Amino acid sequence: MPHPIITLDHVTRTFAVKRQTIKAVDDVNLSIREGEIICLVGESGCGKTTTGKMITGVLPVSSGHILYRGQDISKLSGAHFKKYRLGVQMIHQDVYASLNPTHTIYEIIAAPLRRHRRTQSEAQTQKRVRELLQTVDMTPPDDFLDKYPHQLSGGQRQRVSVARALTVNPSFIVADEAVSMVDVSIRISLLNMMSKLKDAMGLSVLFITHDLALAKYFAWEGRIGVMYLGRLVELAPARQLIENPQHPYTQVLLSAIPEADPEVTRRKKQIQLRSMDIPSLLRLPSGCAFHPRCPAFIGEVCEKVVPELMEANGARVACHLVRRKE
Amino acid sequence: MQPTLSVQNLSIEYKARRGRVQAIRNVSFAVNKGEALALIGESGSGKTTLGLGILQLLPGTARITDGKALYRRNGQAIDTLKLKGKTLREFRWKECAMVFQSALNALNPVLRIADQFADTSRAHGYLQGRALEERARHLLSLVRLDPDRVWKSFPHELSGGMRQRVLIALGLLLEPQLLILDEPTTALDILTQRNIMDVLKELRQKLDFSLIFISHDLALAAELTDRVATVYAGKIVEIADVEATFKEPVHPYTIGLINAVPTLKGSKEDLTSIPGSPPDLIELPTGCKFHPRCPLADVRCRGQEPELEDVQAGHQVACWNWGNARQSLERFRA
Repeated sequence: MPHPIITLDHVTRTFAVKRQTIKAVDDVNLSIREGEIICLVGESGCGKTTTGKMITGVLPVSSGHILYRGQDISKLSGAHFKKYRLGVQMIHQDVYASLNPTHTIYEIIAAPLRRHRRTQSEAQTQKRVRELLQTVDMTPPDDFLDKYPHQLSGGQRQRVSVARALTVNPSFIVADEAVSMVDVSIRISLLNMMSKLKDAMGLSVLFITHDLALAKYFAWEGRIGVMYLGRLVELAPARQLIENPQHPYTQVLLSAIPEADPEVTRRKKQIQLRSMDIPSLLRLPSGCAFHPRCPAFIGEVCEKVVPELMEANGARVACHLVRRKE
Repeated sequence: MQPTLSVQNLSIEYKARRGRVQAIRNVSFAVNKGEALALIGESGSGKTTLGLGILQLLPGTARITDGKALYRRNGQAIDTLKLKGKTLREFRWKECAMVFQSALNALNPVLRIADQFADTSRAHGYLQGRALEERARHLLSLVRLDPDRVWKSFPHELSGGMRQRVLIALGLLLEPQLLILDEPTTALDILTQRNIMDVLKELRQKLDFSLIFISHDLALAAELTDRVATVYAGKIVEIADVEATFKEPVHPYTIGLINAVPTLKGSKEDLTSIPGSPPDLIELPTGCKFHPRCPLADVRCRGQEPELEDVQAGHQVACWNWGNARQSLERFRA
């Protein structure tokens, strides 16, 4: 079997905050196969963005390993490192900050082509930029070449970011909240464009979002991972995770989301948390970090023992209760 | 019964270097006593401007070019857009309060929560001392905060959700008849959002105030409000009871918006995006402002802008083709 494209092996990342250390990402294990979509969901501060940044190599890991096609990225050098760096690209959330406001769209997309010698002549560059704009459905491309980012709408800017990421023919894309700043009515077309590209180019995508409904839609054939306070608490095929969540935290999240249907949303049964307080990363609860809030709390074991991610009912779940049921 | 607020033919524009931004164009709607009305639309559709306009909180570049906003209390009606000086100050907060989008910046960072309440109360000649503290603590517990924990805290000591709830309590301090909430849960986590929604639902049951709920999130409107107005390019294009809005929408934009939002239950095939992007409010398209994105647009749509007309009692729409919009759009998707 070929190596997964990205493997996270006991990855932990700590930050120093006021002379203390916090674990933003704690012992995460995950492999992503070629052509697979994984959505990471969770509330702010759960470590999903930090995980994305470590995969792209922007942040080093504190302990553990990240493997790119079986090789530890911290040990890569020279040509191997460059191959990894080009192979894994990132699309950022804030489309107003991620494009240089003083460059035209043409310059923004042409720069990486020239820098990485993807094109040999100016004529070739021009042709390639046009092609790339067409792949992200910005047609006719000539309408956009000489525009500056501020002349484009949010959705168009995000398309430019995608086109820029594609200049170096990556095989893996980390998209961090890539559609959350885009208008509701055009989110779906952006996601559809990305799925189309994924299929056409065999890309793997790590899609980071806080919107579970969006995650289900985008990762339809892929998987969703739910993070809570730095740990991966559930990982399962997308539709299964939404329809049959195993971890109490996933269940609580799903029950809390309002639905765009007055009848459904007003009758929705909500699971009450034991406590509304969100624990600080500086003082993480012992044992399972969710235990002070967990509606399914079963006693001492939750307070003392950190649950490992285990196979259960076709998902991987980190919860003592799920293990006990087995 | 007379509505608490009736906005009539309101138009608001902003001055910009390129020209006039027509943020609100000839908008009329009413909010009844105890009713919650949602204003739904994408960013830049003018929904926040509408809220600010009612309270005359618009920035200097904005100008109200036409219209009235009649506010009624005890049988008397006043046009809030004509208020000035002292009477305007009295209207704000005492009659109509607004809770802003950025809860993180809306509180004074150097004042304890107790002082934020005292400040507001003093400025409006409301309760003082012990009586104020009692009222404020009561409101804080209504929004599910622990008054002892919060009362002496500074804003930075509270989480985003807690600050948002303090703001809601503060908004209700002077017993306003009308509360305007502008995206009260954006930038908050799912569970915090759930908590705020529950608080709002509870408050509506316990206190009798009217609510204007500004949001881009259809699901929140579905859960909280009684009526929904869909705003597109500065105009209300459809207004109906919440059930009708979600079950029998007739404006292609409302239908498109509902179909464009992924739901937990929905299947992948149910979703369709609206083509194109929202219009430039300086150079608006001719005719119906939605026509460049509308699959049903015809010659009339391009030439003439439709006004709101009755679909049935309580349900109005501004579309030439509303009669067969749903069936035709269904065919388009098939």
